[in-house]
Amino acid sequence: MKILHDFLESVKPNFQKGGKLEKWHPVFEAFETLAFVPADTTKDGVHIKDAMDMKRTMATVIIALVPCMLFGMWNVGNQHYLAFGMEADLMEKFMFGFWKVLPIIVVSYAVGLGVEFVFSVMAGHAISEGYLVTGLLIPLTLPVTVPLWMVALGAVFCTLLGKEIFGGTGFNFMNPALLARAFMFFAFPAFMSGDIWTDLSPEQGQTVLDAFSGATNLVAFDTNYVTMQSASDMFFGFEQGSIGETSVFAVLIGAALLIVTGVGSLRIMLSVFVGGLVMGFIMNALAPDAANHAMHMPAINHLLVGGFAFGAVFMATDPVTASHTAKGKIIYGLAIGAFTVILRVFNPAYPEGMMLSILLFNVFAPLIDHMVVEQHIKKRLKHA
Amino acid sequence: MGKSIRLKKGYDIKLIGEASKEIINIPSAEIFAVKPTDFLNMTPKMVVKVGDEVLAGDALFFDKKRPEINFPSPVSGEIVEILRGAKRKILEVRILADKEIKFKKVAIPFKLDADSVKETLLQANLWSLLRQRPFSIIPNTADSPKAIFVSTFDSAPLAPDLSFVIEQNKSSFDKGLEVLSALSSGHLNVGLSANSSLSVSTGNATGFSGPHPAGNVGIQIHHTDAIKPGETVWYVDTQDVVVLGKLFNTGEYHADRIIALTGSEVNNPRYFNAKVGQSLTGILSESVTSENVRYIQGNVLTGALSHKEDYLSAYTSQMTIIPEGNKAEFLGWLLPSTKKLSLSRTYFSWLMPNKKYTIDTNTHGEERPFVVSGQYEKVLPMNIMPVQLLKAILAGDIERMEALGIYEISEEDFALCEFVCASKIEVQKLVRQGLDLMLSEG
Repeated sequence: MKILHDFLESVKPNFQKGGKLEKWHPVFEAFETLAFVPADTTKDGVHIKDAMDMKRTMATVIIALVPCMLFGMWNVGNQHYLAFGMEADLMEKFMFGFWKVLPIIVVSYAVGLGVEFVFSVMAGHAISEGYLVTGLLIPLTLPVTVPLWMVALGAVFCTLLGKEIFGGTGFNFMNPALLARAFMFFAFPAFMSGDIWTDLSPEQGQTVLDAFSGATNLVAFDTNYVTMQSASDMFFGFEQGSIGETSVFAVLIGAALLIVTGVGSLRIMLSVFVGGLVMGFIMNALAPDAANHAMHMPAINHLLVGGFAFGAVFMATDPVTASHTAKGKIIYGLAIGAFTVILRVFNPAYPEGMMLSILLFNVFAPLIDHMVVEQHIKKRLKHA
Repeated sequence: MGKSIRLKKGYDIKLIGEASKEIINIPSAEIFAVKPTDFLNMTPKMVVKVGDEVLAGDALFFDKKRPEINFPSPVSGEIVEILRGAKRKILEVRILADKEIKFKKVAIPFKLDADSVKETLLQANLWSLLRQRPFSIIPNTADSPKAIFVSTFDSAPLAPDLSFVIEQNKSSFDKGLEVLSALSSGHLNVGLSANSSLSVSTGNATGFSGPHPAGNVGIQIHHTDAIKPGETVWYVDTQDVVVLGKLFNTGEYHADRIIALTGSEVNNPRYFNAKVGQSLTGILSESVTSENVRYIQGNVLTGALSHKEDYLSAYTSQMTIIPEGNKAEFLGWLLPSTKKLSLSRTYFSWLMPNKKYTIDTNTHGEERPFVVSGQYEKVLPMNIMPVQLLKAILAGDIERMEALGIYEISEEDFALCEFVCASKIEVQKLVRQGLDLMLSEG
């Protein structure tokens, strides 16, 4: 480590004031602080600081996402071989998915961080760690057949217009990963819905089974919900869908890490689940007589199907774009869960509601906070 | 004891280097230095000049804006130097102390009531023993506070055991409380630690239990009788209550304090007797051997930056000496470690709640905008929304700052928020900025 540290110290003067590469200081600093916690000491104020910082917060979220990523890679292979009716073992399925998913992750990080580097050099401010998480979230929300150039465009859109334009991490008001996804959905709808969930790269000597259907459980939900897969399949994730969202089990492992470390808000996660469940029960109660109407689906299944669990744990809990007050988080979470169910049930043109629901309540989060703070102020004035 | 209040929010930082309960005397160096910079929002104008002889308690300088408030000399002797800094700002008034201290004597009033106490304090040049909330400045002499508060325990990291300190001068302390009760016309509130056996002769005693900042006077004020806009409360440091007591018993200013010498870099952490303004060079050089350390007058959260040849400040009860953290650490933000302290559960300190740590001054990361939410609220036991208030300060929105409670806060109450902040925001600096804005505009 001394060698690395000495190397960085020797190169540093080039990037400091008066050096040749002074403009690129934020980029140098980003790599230097990634390798080493800087030797900065406290100046005004407290003399000691908590050992946790933004990097560790983001690193914890990335670790929490690993189960979803690993399962997603395996599932890509799983769905592929199922479509062809082929037998394959765990390693074969995983490696198939690994080589399909890895390029998407690499492109997402490279392009997004590239935009951040350019912006930091232009604006002269430090590169923040926010994209470390967004860069992994974006691929996990995409179908595996997504073209790489589209991933790049999505990354550019969300980083540039979703974050940097407002001042960077901490100043954005909408979840960047979901913005990327929404952009790709509305700009390239043919690539985001339909028979695009399973990778059907040709296998020598094999043809896709006749019985193969490219429809996900959410599509089945809209048309005839009894044809959805079993709750167990949906819980463990043996279904088609975006790369990282299918396994509620993997999501819950990540959620456990986020809750134990205190990095993810349990309040928001629980509120989203409760909101969805309650609205599901209301739907059940108000369902019309037609036996296969979507409103009849057991409320608990709403939490298992599609991107609900993934969104509740990793997207809705983004601390910058969620409500900041404790009461606000509960209202925000309940609203997201309930609204997702409403969107799913009543909108035939768009099976998934989670993404749009979260984005909508990202916009409302400051208003929810404002109401909570006004209530707090009124209570304080009453004592005066 | 009267009410008992249990506070849940806060955080006890357990550090190595607690002072053992022995008090030593340090050889009294010849030069004493009084620092006008100890007093907030105060521009001094000199009363004495180089060469003048003073008695202990004589005025050295006064507040330019309020000339009736004078600041006393802790010892008798000759003024040898007036140290000035940039723009001729007075930094230190240096006095060559007599071997035997000669005291100025003030008349002790027969009856103790608000007016006679005020008069005596001003005569004795000891008005600066009082401070007020809001703003933590020395109060105006014409004001009448809603109440006077004294906190008899300090919950900050490695803080001195104030009960131990009070024990050494119990009768003076009791007299001091009597004086304060008269000054406040009967509205004296004393905050006690719930598990202390201290008996309080005068005033309304309230017991507080819970983690730091339960010992902060601002927190105690908030939970006993919160400040409403327009109100002021005064507060006095425990050791200054003893000084008050001695003044009203003898008519003399005895600037003695008992200081806790603490911190992981101190060879033998214990207490020592010192006067305000005393040179600390001797005790520090014999107690601290490492070079790369930070000297702090006060505790690690709110203390002032000091150095090894400093002089004791007016309100100091503790010195903390910790290692400087000016070394880079490879992947320090990612790797697990049992040596690091964090309120969060991303390290292991939450599993070992009684472990004591050696913490250095490393910031553990760079400054970022506000990202995570809910952290500050965990360590602020007040009915105040800290982040919203700080944002109002950043925006300079005076009405909003008032509505959110700027008058009730002080930097020391927000010190833990600054400690836990993952974005490394300079919270206490922001709080002072907000308070200064309210002082000038509000």
